[in-house]
Amino acid sequence: MSESNTPRQENEVEPERPETLNDDVVLDVALDTADGAMAPSVIPATSQGGQIPHAPGGSVFRQIVTGNAMVSVLSVFLAIVLGGILMAVTNPKVAETAGYFFAQPGDMLTEVFRPYVALVQGSIFNWAGADAAAQLYPITETLTVSTPLILAGLGVALAFRAGLFNIGAQGQIIFGALFGAYVGFTWHLPFLVHLLLVIVAGFIGGAVWGGVVGLLKARTGAHEVIVTIMLNYIANFLLLFLLTTPAFQRKGSTNPISPFLDQSALFPELLGPQFRLHAGFLLAVLATVFVWWLLKRSTLGFEFRAVGANQSAARTAGINVPRAVILVMAIAGALAGLAGIAQVSGTEKYLSGGVAASIGFDAITVALLGRSTPWGTFFAGLLFGAFRAGGVAMQAETQTPIDIVLVIQSLIVLFIAAPPLVRAIFGLNPRKKKKATGGPGSGTIPSGKIESGAATA
Amino acid sequence: MSTTTTQPGGGTPAGSAPASPGKTAATELVSWKAGIGLSLLAILGTVLFGFMSNSKSAGFGIAEAANEAASSVAALVTFVLALLLSVALGYLWFVRRRSGLASGSGAVSGSGTVPGWLPPSTVAAVVVLGLAALGVAKVSKITLPSAAIGWIASVILLGLAGYTVYLTQAKKATPRWVGGTFAAVFLIGFMVWIVAGGNGDEPSISLAGLIAGSVTLAVPLVFGSLSGVLCERVGVVNIAIEGQLLLGAFSAAVVATVTHNVYAGLVAAAVAGALVSLVLAVVSIKYLVNQIIVGVVLNVLISGLTSFLFSTLLTADPDGLNKPGRLPPVDIPFLSDIPVIGPILFHQSLVGYLMYIAVIVVYLGLFHTKWGLRVRAVGEHPQAADTVGINVNRTRFWNVLMGGAIAGIGGSFFTLVSVDAFSKDMSGGRGYIALAALIFGRWNPIGAFLAALLFGFADNLQSVITIIGSPVPSQFMAMLPYALTVFAVAGLVGRSRPPAASGIPYVKG
Repeated sequence: MSESNTPRQENEVEPERPETLNDDVVLDVALDTADGAMAPSVIPATSQGGQIPHAPGGSVFRQIVTGNAMVSVLSVFLAIVLGGILMAVTNPKVAETAGYFFAQPGDMLTEVFRPYVALVQGSIFNWAGADAAAQLYPITETLTVSTPLILAGLGVALAFRAGLFNIGAQGQIIFGALFGAYVGFTWHLPFLVHLLLVIVAGFIGGAVWGGVVGLLKARTGAHEVIVTIMLNYIANFLLLFLLTTPAFQRKGSTNPISPFLDQSALFPELLGPQFRLHAGFLLAVLATVFVWWLLKRSTLGFEFRAVGANQSAARTAGINVPRAVILVMAIAGALAGLAGIAQVSGTEKYLSGGVAASIGFDAITVALLGRSTPWGTFFAGLLFGAFRAGGVAMQAETQTPIDIVLVIQSLIVLFIAAPPLVRAIFGLNPRKKKKATGGPGSGTIPSGKIESGAATA
Repeated sequence: MSTTTTQPGGGTPAGSAPASPGKTAATELVSWKAGIGLSLLAILGTVLFGFMSNSKSAGFGIAEAANEAASSVAALVTFVLALLLSVALGYLWFVRRRSGLASGSGAVSGSGTVPGWLPPSTVAAVVVLGLAALGVAKVSKITLPSAAIGWIASVILLGLAGYTVYLTQAKKATPRWVGGTFAAVFLIGFMVWIVAGGNGDEPSISLAGLIAGSVTLAVPLVFGSLSGVLCERVGVVNIAIEGQLLLGAFSAAVVATVTHNVYAGLVAAAVAGALVSLVLAVVSIKYLVNQIIVGVVLNVLISGLTSFLFSTLLTADPDGLNKPGRLPPVDIPFLSDIPVIGPILFHQSLVGYLMYIAVIVVYLGLFHTKWGLRVRAVGEHPQAADTVGINVNRTRFWNVLMGGAIAGIGGSFFTLVSVDAFSKDMSGGRGYIALAALIFGRWNPIGAFLAALLFGFADNLQSVITIIGSPVPSQFMAMLPYALTVFAVAGLVGRSRPPAASGIPYVKG
């Protein structure tokens, strides 16, 4: 909130708040932070609806164009454009073809778009494939990669809704995978029972690791961001240690990897053995429905949302806040634990040090992109799954490093988190600034007076 | 970092380590955390150091001096100076304490008139004295029997824990020295136990090498946590330390290579760190986005960006873009000849010396200048600060920028001092450890510095004991900093309270 230096006794005229965009933001933040008593919620309540709060009536078209859904679309677009520019600038072939751009513009444009074409071919539909199976393989790959992202993303999103920043999905995935894999390769049971027990074990593993965070938060006030970051590392080192012990290490192997899980503990393949897509994806759909039901239809979910909106108000209303905090972290951890199950029981079929890859961190961006709603998270998971799956194909085909996916993902989230920024870039601010001068924060008379008084004193 | 000023369930305001002993009245509730925590640790210590000790003895090598004559002169001078200093400080402490007791102002622990800096300075002087004495006596190696030391340490630990429990039962606060002594004895017992558990008949490690390595490993952590201190003290949570370190390392490597000048690389690193901070500041202060989100996202962005540029540009032309050269270590004449202390403190690269300067400047700036008072006011109660005419958001903006520059310099350590080339994600999560150090050090530059040293020590110890072999799996050693931090934020190691307005954007009106 920039503020001009000059004391402004002369322009203190308006009794009402100046009608700038930022002033609306001011109101929103005052609402979100309970007037500066707490940090703003991760996904501000005011940005979860389809419309911007305080927006003028205007035409329907204008409302759609300036609404939050539009901001999401524009954010994705902007990130893809920026990613494209980055790839074009670093690609020597683009510089080469740019030399004769005016003679043959097609060459350069092909070079510029080649990575994105490969990305789509690797994630949605491969029109160059020989048969239907090869053409559809990319989309099944996207669904496979999305499965753990959706599950872990739901865990992060659920905690967001209760006002908790769960960075610990990584550790919770590891614990889920650890428990599930152990049940998967040490017990030998008939098919469905075994799989079910593996799922339950993963659920419990994640719930334990998430519940610890909730417990510490509720009992001692330890900040969950710090605790989860630290527990991620602890879980990771614990996993690396356990994989060197006889209980977990594969017989006759010197590598820190576990035995394969029993066939009866694996998710069945949905489309036959030539695709990697497994029934874990159905679990992700079920989990999405469950979280939707929990948040929208259950008393517990209402308590979570109340605690997320304003803890003090929730306490006053008779909600047991510590209990809600512990429970929401346990359930969030359990969901992330299921992501671990999707890895060991579906995609990888054994436990290794890299079981969680970077899913836990991607899950944060997934939840943010999905605005912490269950179905939003689901589709955000699909999108980022497509980026991941397509990124692998892109790297193989065009030698564009897959790291560009990280750049695009984080840019998307950065833009989505700051709707006013995106609207400013596209000139879609709902209200035109009436006065170009005078910062937004300088509006009210009393503070202006005090300030100028202090300046002269 | 706290979301609210009143924590749910945090109904134990009386911390185990009384930060303000004068206020702790006997009637106030005294937390059981300290008693229980120390008892558990004491039992753990007894089991490990006592029952699980072996018949071997642990050797701790003291570094051999490069220049024998200069070394012994330096040792003698240091010995005399340290002796004078410890006697003077000890006398001052004694006098102050007695006058405090006489006047009755410090009824609880008697430290009413003893200034806070006095006890730690005295202890430090005595430690320097001891080390210098070793140098004067030309001791090259200390050998300690594992079992005997283990049992002595166990008994002391149990005694201290018992004393704490007794005090808690009598509704008295535990004095500060109990915790300090406990930690020191635990550390000694642990070191002896772990070294004696190594392979060979008489396993030994080089103490000076161990500590010197720890300081080196701690350099980026210290810079990172100072960045965190500057940002959080002004009310902005800085999770983006990792990104600042990484981009600092990247630009230091590239700029130093392109300009053939390592010092240009150092400046570029600071600029890069500030650039990350600029995004953090603009998005979180101007657009009021949750600061933690911005930090997390920035870390991902920087990681992706540097990895992408590394894979495309730097690997294509490593000689032209990724060969920065190194900042050589500089010896400070005379001081670097002091045995043990010299190689640790006065044989550093430029970045290492900048670290000492940064710690001192940030500490003095925050706690002994008008600027620091304003900064802390903005972090604790922005509304009050605004009322007296401080521009809250401008103060925040510049502080965050400054923090970023400091973290960026820390990042240059990776490419200009440690390894002379950039590689993917080479900061390896140290930004998060720096965050842990900041919390463990209770949002204080000196505390953060010491915590970073501790984490560097744990890091280095891990690699050292992997070489000599040890009873503890290296993974558990690697876990140590993180576990300690969890204990710290859970309030088991004294109370840690973040600046009140940390994480909350300020909106006027």
